[in-house]
Amino acid sequence: MSEKLNTPGYDVPPEMQDVVAITTLDKIYNWGRRYSAWPMMFGLACCAIEMICTAAARFDFSRFGMEIMRPSPRQADVMLVSGTVTKKMVPQIVRLYNQMPEPKYVVAMGACASGGGPFKEGYNVVSGVDKFLPVDVYIPGCPPTPQALLHGLMKLQEMMDTQSIKNVRWYQKEPLDAIPIPILGPDLLDPRDFPQFAEKMAASATENKEA
Amino acid sequence: MTEQTKTMHKDIEARFAGIIALDDRSGYEGYRVEAEKLVEFATALRDEFGYDFLSSVTGVDYLPDEKMEVVYHIYKSTGGHALVFKVQVPRANPVVPSLVSIFPGADFQEREAWDLFGIRFEGHPNHKRILMWEGFSGHPMRKDWKEAYYEADAKPFDARWPGGDVSRSEDKMVFNKNVAYPQDFTPENWTPEGETALYSGMQNIATDEDLQTEHVVVNLGPQHPSTHGVFRMVATLDGETIVKLEPVMGYLHRNHEKIGERNTYLMNIPFTDRLDYLSSMSNNFGYVLAVEKLLGDTTHIPDRAKYIRVIMAEFTRISNHLMAIGALLNDLGAYFTPMLYALKERELILDIFEAVSGSRMMCNYYRFGGVARDLPPGTHEMMRGLAFERLPRQIDELDRYLTENEIIRARCEGVGVLTPEEAIAYSAVGPVLRASGVPYDVRRADPYSVYDRFDFDVAVRYHGDVYDRYLVRLDEIRQSIRILQQALNGIPECDNCLGKPRYSMRVPAGEAYGRVEGPKGELGFYVVADGGPNPWRYHVRAPSFINLTALSKMCEGDKIADAIIVLGSIDIVLGETDR
Ligand code: SF4
Repeated sequence: MSEKLNTPGYDVPPEMQDVVAITTLDKIYNWGRRYSAWPMMFGLACCAIEMICTAAARFDFSRFGMEIMRPSPRQADVMLVSGTVTKKMVPQIVRLYNQMPEPKYVVAMGACASGGGPFKEGYNVVSGVDKFLPVDVYIPGCPPTPQALLHGLMKLQEMMDTQSIKNVRWYQKEPLDAIPIPILGPDLLDPRDFPQFAEKMAASATENKEA
Repeated sequence: MTEQTKTMHKDIEARFAGIIALDDRSGYEGYRVEAEKLVEFATALRDEFGYDFLSSVTGVDYLPDEKMEVVYHIYKSTGGHALVFKVQVPRANPVVPSLVSIFPGADFQEREAWDLFGIRFEGHPNHKRILMWEGFSGHPMRKDWKEAYYEADAKPFDARWPGGDVSRSEDKMVFNKNVAYPQDFTPENWTPEGETALYSGMQNIATDEDLQTEHVVVNLGPQHPSTHGVFRMVATLDGETIVKLEPVMGYLHRNHEKIGERNTYLMNIPFTDRLDYLSSMSNNFGYVLAVEKLLGDTTHIPDRAKYIRVIMAEFTRISNHLMAIGALLNDLGAYFTPMLYALKERELILDIFEAVSGSRMMCNYYRFGGVARDLPPGTHEMMRGLAFERLPRQIDELDRYLTENEIIRARCEGVGVLTPEEAIAYSAVGPVLRASGVPYDVRRADPYSVYDRFDFDVAVRYHGDVYDRYLVRLDEIRQSIRILQQALNGIPECDNCLGKPRYSMRVPAGEAYGRVEGPKGELGFYVVADGGPNPWRYHVRAPSFINLTALSKMCEGDKIADAIIVLGSIDIVLGETDR
């Protein structure tokens, strides 16, 4: 691990090696975060079963720092969206995301979470969690094998390595806005659509007439 | 049909002459009942003819005839074939009397038919939507209801094949999402229905105690570590005691049936994998049986394929029960350690599934008339190793660690009790029914495939509590191992004798109900064919869903902490509950 840390090019005397590391703030910050990315214990559908298998003895993602799953969003760093996002569930998913403290990451596990998957055309299915949440890593598969999930999580770690304290969003001056929670209306309502709602309704009305 | 059932049917026809008529559409079976006489008919069936187990209730929309039909499948809890009866009502105003007062097990299924078809059930005590939310516009399973991404009534869609259009559906939508609103809708004038309907029924429930304490309503889920997915319960508590509990579901409603009616028959097989995603092989089994019934060619399946089907279904049962036991222990607070033991064995079974089907979980392995491919070399030895050596040893180990454990006994014995009469009335199936002392197992009661060739016992226990449900699962694993050993010894060895599974075929018009004893209980598929390439109606009788009807009954009077393990002991999978 020290070779990941000790890279700014200062020579550490041999007798001090493995005792002292000279590093940058970004590096040690990311090093700490990448090996303690705790996922939220949050399963949506079939993919959650493969997530459990990945947590279990054979694949064991604690080897890579996802040490323990936390049922509370307040203690979680990574939201593994493991399954089909339905319209009825999406208000809760957005609420859970808003409740996670920064820094937080979203992994869309499987075809459903990435884009609706086999159930995309369903009337109660959201075509991918990225319609509402910012997704950092997409993992293809239905379900992705545990190996694929591990690979996705390692990609997330690689992404963490590239971040810098100077410009990450959670250290900016302005407060971060929460994502508006969707509403269950006659169909799913996204508050972000409200400003142009009438316009869009009119557009869809003419479209229907043409069709 | 045996002679006995024939006379029985004669008696029924004589008893209800004038009220019922034979369903004479070609390919259909059973009786048509007048809506006004339904309650009388059902009561008499139960009390005079012994048909006490109302298994499945579902709606069918016959749009061309302007009719809505409600289809009932009823059995005797002592075994035998189903009796089917139907009620037809005009589509414009479909009202059917509710059967909840006679068969409480119809509760959720009637609510589902209301939710998805808009069939009103007069006299239903809790008449509201179940899978979709209150306020959703329309009843989506009606044939003239179109989803936002609607392209055509049936697949393959012309645009995709052979056209080759690869655009994304959302790009064609004005809102760039899978949504469609009624024309006159504006968000300003919308007050969400929210949870009022749910919570209003949960407060201030009068009890017959002298001291009226204030009740607290507690919500659990849909995100909760012990609800096995996105399940939700709302409980009214008096102190810690549950006065009333209502399950809330639909958070994983993926519109399986609507999509299933757009799909061709073959396309539905991989979708059934995703119903009860812990036991995909069993789901395949039920569906292919239903369609084979429609095709009328059950006899052409080669023996080897039949054996392979049974072997896979029994391995599925073992892996499912292992997972169920592991999860129950999780719920009891033994966090993850027992689960790790269970998963360790499950992984070995998944290795077999992966070898034969190419996928660990979503096997998509059964086909109409057989299975997709023969066992690859080496798998037979793997299976023998598991069934003859490893699994018996590991199950004994599990038994030794868990069964006599003091904490498990203290927490599980006498909790969540369901009497045999209640279990039958609530249409409970599978281990839940058998733990209540009713030895009903479809493999015995109405044998399918080659189950009649194997020697096994129907596991049954008599206390109806959480502990017995755990024990029944353990017993069933042992019985499955017995079946596996016989099947592995008896499987015919031959080259290329699997026949040719059928991929595209004409399914004649008619209806069929195929059922298997899945790990969670009776899994039924009700398929109506109209002669076209797609099913007209495709309904899944999901054991997880219907077993939940009894949940509040089991929990009332217990402590809130026990509700968790009672739920764990039913063993639900949300993919199947919500479909
Ligand atoms: S991607 Fe496949 S396995 Fe994952 S939740 Fe969707 S249907 Fe299930």
